[in-house]
Amino acid sequence: MPDRPLDTTGPVAPPRRNGELVFGAPWESRLFGLTMALHRAGVFRWDEFREHLIAAIGEWEREPGASAWRYYERWQVALERLLAAKKLCSPVDLDGRTRALAARPAGHDHR
Amino acid sequence: MSPHDHDHDHDAAFALRTEALEALMTERGLVPPGAIEAIVRHYEQDVGPLNGARVVARAWADPAYRARLLADATGAIAELGFSGPQGEHMVAVENGPRVHNVVVCTLCSCYPWPVLGLPPSWYKDPAYRSRIVREPRRVLAEMGLALPEDVEIRVWDSSAEIRYLVLPERPAGTEGWDEARLVPLATRDAMIGVARAASPGDGDRA
Repeated sequence: MPDRPLDTTGPVAPPRRNGELVFGAPWESRLFGLTMALHRAGVFRWDEFREHLIAAIGEWEREPGASAWRYYERWQVALERLLAAKKLCSPVDLDGRTRALAARPAGHDHR
Repeated sequence: MSPHDHDHDHDAAFALRTEALEALMTERGLVPPGAIEAIVRHYEQDVGPLNGARVVARAWADPAYRARLLADATGAIAELGFSGPQGEHMVAVENGPRVHNVVVCTLCSCYPWPVLGLPPSWYKDPAYRSRIVREPRRVLAEMGLALPEDVEIRVWDSSAEIRYLVLPERPAGTEGWDEARLVPLATRDAMIGVARAASPGDGDRA
C-alpha cells in the first residue's frame, strides 16, 4: 500500500472532514487492522467473518439492556469465535494471554 | 465507581484482549510484521468519502459517466481508481424529484469502504439499522432531512454482497461548475442518503 499523500487541491479537505473519527479508541483500530490483515493473508473469507459479526450483533440486540452498545466489542467477539472455529486461537490460549498482559506492572504503556 | 470509570475499565478489558489476540496471531505467523499499521494508516488517511465525492461530482458533470455509473457502478468507480474490499459489487441509486434513496445494513454494518471509508457510528447503531426500515420518513426527518409526502423513499439493505452508493441530486445554483468545484458538495451523508447534497455557499463547511 503506497503512502500516498491526500489530495489537497482546491477546497477539498481530508476524508475525515465529515466530522467523525474513524476509530473511537486505539484498540479499535488495532482490532480492525488485525482482522483485515488476517483476511488478506487468506485466513478466512469475508463472509465467514460477517456471519460471526451478524451473530454477535444479534445477541446484543436480543438483550440490549445487558450492556452498553459498543460496535467493536461485537467485532472482537466475532473475530475470537471465528479464529476459535478455525482452530487458530483457542479461548484458553486467548484468556491466558490476556491474563498475562493484565498482570504486567501498573503504569506500563499498554494500548 | 462512576459510570465513566466503569466505561474505562470495560474498554481497557477489550483493549487487552485485542492486544493478546494480536500477539498470538503474530507469533503464529498469521500476520506479517507491519501489516496492521499499514492497513490502519490506509483506512485512516487514504480511504474516505472524498473518493465517493469524486465519483458523484464526475457523474454530475459528465452525462456519459453518469450513465456508466448507473449501469455498472463497480466499473465506473474503478475508472477513477477506487476498488477494494467491500466495493466488489457496487450499485449506484439515483435520487430525483420524486424518489429518495437511503442505505442501511440491517444485520451488521456492510458499507462501501472504497468510496465512503469506514461507516460512522450512527450507521452501525442498532436504532438506525432497525428504524430506517420501519419508519424511514420519520428517521430522515429526525436527522434533518424532511421529505415531502409525495417523494417515494427507497431503503436499500446492504445485507448481501451488494454495496450501495446514493447519487444525490445536483444542487441548484451550480450550473456551469466544473468537477473540482462540485466535489465538496457531495457529502458523506448525502451519499448514504440521510441528507441532500450541500448547497453552494455551505459546501466548504459541509
